[in-house]
Amino acid sequence: MITELGHFALILAFMIAIIQVVIPLIGAHKRWPGWMAIAEPAAQAQFLFTAFAFGALMWAFVTSDFSLKLVTLNSHSAKPMLYKISGTWGNHEGSMLLWVLIVSLFGAAASVFGDGLPPTLKARVLAVQAAIGVAFFAFILFTSNPFLRLVNPPFDGQDLNPLLQDPGLAFHPPFLYLGYVGLSMAFSFAVAALIEGRVDAAWGRWVRPWTLAAWIFLTIGIALGSWWAYYELGWGGFWFWDPVENASFMPWLLSAALLHSAIVVEKRESLKSWTILLAILAFGFSLIGTFIVRSGLLTSVHAFANDPERGVVILMILAVFTGGALMLFALRAQALEAKGVFSMVSRESGLVANNLLLAVSCFVVFVGTLWPVVAEMAFDRKLSVGAPFFNAAFPPFAVALGVLMPVGALLPWKRAKLGRTLWSLRYAAGLALALAGLAWAMQGDHSLLGPIGVLLGAWIVSGAATDLWTRVGRRSGRPFGRLARLLRLPRADWGKAVAHAGFGVTLFAIAGLTAWQQEDIRVAEIDVSFEVGAYQLVLTGVEDGRGPNYFTTMGVVEVTRNGQFVATLRPEKRVYPVAQMPTTEAAIDFRFTRDLYVVIGDAQEGGGFTIRTYLKPFANWIWGGCLMMALGGGLSLSDRRFRVAAGARKARPQGVPAE
Amino acid sequence: MMRLLSASLVLCLLLSSPVRAVQPDEVLADPALETRARELSKDLRCLVCRNESIDESNADLARDLRLLVRERLVAGDSDREAIDFIVDRYGEFVLLKPTTQGANWLLWASGPLMLLVALLLAFAYLRKRSEPDRTRAGEGLSATEEARLQEILKD
Repeated sequence: MITELGHFALILAFMIAIIQVVIPLIGAHKRWPGWMAIAEPAAQAQFLFTAFAFGALMWAFVTSDFSLKLVTLNSHSAKPMLYKISGTWGNHEGSMLLWVLIVSLFGAAASVFGDGLPPTLKARVLAVQAAIGVAFFAFILFTSNPFLRLVNPPFDGQDLNPLLQDPGLAFHPPFLYLGYVGLSMAFSFAVAALIEGRVDAAWGRWVRPWTLAAWIFLTIGIALGSWWAYYELGWGGFWFWDPVENASFMPWLLSAALLHSAIVVEKRESLKSWTILLAILAFGFSLIGTFIVRSGLLTSVHAFANDPERGVVILMILAVFTGGALMLFALRAQALEAKGVFSMVSRESGLVANNLLLAVSCFVVFVGTLWPVVAEMAFDRKLSVGAPFFNAAFPPFAVALGVLMPVGALLPWKRAKLGRTLWSLRYAAGLALALAGLAWAMQGDHSLLGPIGVLLGAWIVSGAATDLWTRVGRRSGRPFGRLARLLRLPRADWGKAVAHAGFGVTLFAIAGLTAWQQEDIRVAEIDVSFEVGAYQLVLTGVEDGRGPNYFTTMGVVEVTRNGQFVATLRPEKRVYPVAQMPTTEAAIDFRFTRDLYVVIGDAQEGGGFTIRTYLKPFANWIWGGCLMMALGGGLSLSDRRFRVAAGARKARPQGVPAE
Repeated sequence: MMRLLSASLVLCLLLSSPVRAVQPDEVLADPALETRARELSKDLRCLVCRNESIDESNADLARDLRLLVRERLVAGDSDREAIDFIVDRYGEFVLLKPTTQGANWLLWASGPLMLLVALLLAFAYLRKRSEPDRTRAGEGLSATEEARLQEILKD
């Protein structure tokens, strides 16, 4: 019964979305207030009905209603509750429903928090947002309906892919989708502004919080996915340049560019048409990402739901929205006249450099990701483009970004003196050089990767600190006056510094981990000690056991250092009988400066087990840096000027609750 | 093709143990050779898996390829010869790091070329933006602003 109601609610939401596209657009064109006003209740009703449909599907998963085809295919009664819930979006149909739920959530949020928007702009934004919704409602209802019943329900289900049964991955898709789909808001603002033919400082200020929110969610989503790969896939890799990872990374790069260029629109009324173009492309890349994941065009490890026919439909949606928006852009862009004038050396130029590097690096990832398809179709060559290509082609851009970041962040607006800015960074540069020299001296070999990572990381972090420190000014006063003023700086300044420092931390951690990790592969006999780095490890026993829906073989490894107890690690090998899939559960001793990572393998014929041990220095810093970036975004989002300028009556400007 | 790949992926997951990558019995006695073998393995694709190198993969085919690489290195091949040997047998698809031959130069040059284009565009834009205010003041005024200016000047 609830299932049928959910299905019906979804159809109603589809109808409401159609109305929300047509009526407000006509209203805004004819300046009929009543017609424009339809958009707000429609957006909210659309969200409520979609939420009900999603809730109904979740209910079916939670109660293990195997009369639903989707539940049968992706769930099992013995599965832990958390994964019954996350199973709702751990499949194609459910994840598309989550996608459209978030589209309508953002629309509803814009209708609630967009009080300061001019009525025509608001009506058009909501109409464009609803148009995206219409496309995906139709896609779900006509090609991927999650509410289909089975005539003969089976006794039990076929279980969720065991790799997906993990807390990190349970929440990875919702965050990623909040990011992907959050960019639809920037897209809607861009298209609405093109229809209006007007982009001003206020527009920049309205579009920025939405972009920032989307970027924060993308950052967290990507970090969660990468962390999951690190501990679950069994050898501690954290980024594979897999097509599906690239699909989420490209919108991240472009949204990072967009949230910087929107600052120029807001403060200086320049870079307008470029910002509009970025907003269109950022969402376009989200759609491309969806297309890559759903179509199975590119082989990838994330293959839970690919189907070429559905891929074609998404390709059409992509073509209509991105193509249509770009056409509109071509027709209207010259109407967007820039106002601000600035010199070659200025904050504006710094932000242009940021955009240039982010956009070109995104282009490189894009070409690399699609090249196998191009090569096969155009040149009849079957080839692969894998991690080694990206590891050669991408880092130069990240390094250039890191080198320029502290300088660009400190340059004043309009007209700057490069010498003066560089001089104020002398301590940061000195510190970075000293630390890099130290790292070089401490490491055993002559590899440059580690010291360069230290150099860049320290340069960026201390550059961010310099940024805050110079911002409080030199006025004399009480001895702690400067510190007090530091705490009173606008949140946006803190956000910028924290996010920039986070980038430095991540950059350093990736270089450090890659340069200094140690690996040990051996057959470990029971109770025979072996050494990895400074640690002594002993495999004291191996036991078989069973969990709620799996069988496990668990090793017990005692770790000591110079006779001191460090940790007892329990690496596991699991087999999920229903899905007939084995997984590894690495045991990791997480520490601040290093992870000790132990994986157990097969029993050997001559006795003993294969044991793989990794010492991974600074591993946690990779995700720590990502969290800092997200936190910085959050601080910036909570800045007073968005609350005042966005015209929201509410105290909270985000308008984007996490659930 | 896709079906085939999915089927082989499922096989690859079903038939093999969950432990990844290099097994202890594969490791060469000579550490220098072993290091070279590991480096080469990272650039070679496990053909039945999805986007995994043979160094990471647990499939039987990946193990065969790892052993083959080591065999060639022990036989005295250079890195280049060992790679060529494998490409001859399995085709270009096995290389995770594409060559620069033929149209592939476009792939490798795409980043630098695009950077160059972007730099030129950005430079042109910045130059236009940084022209002194005076040259632009006249064209910046709309008709009404011009009228208002005349009015003020008259007073």
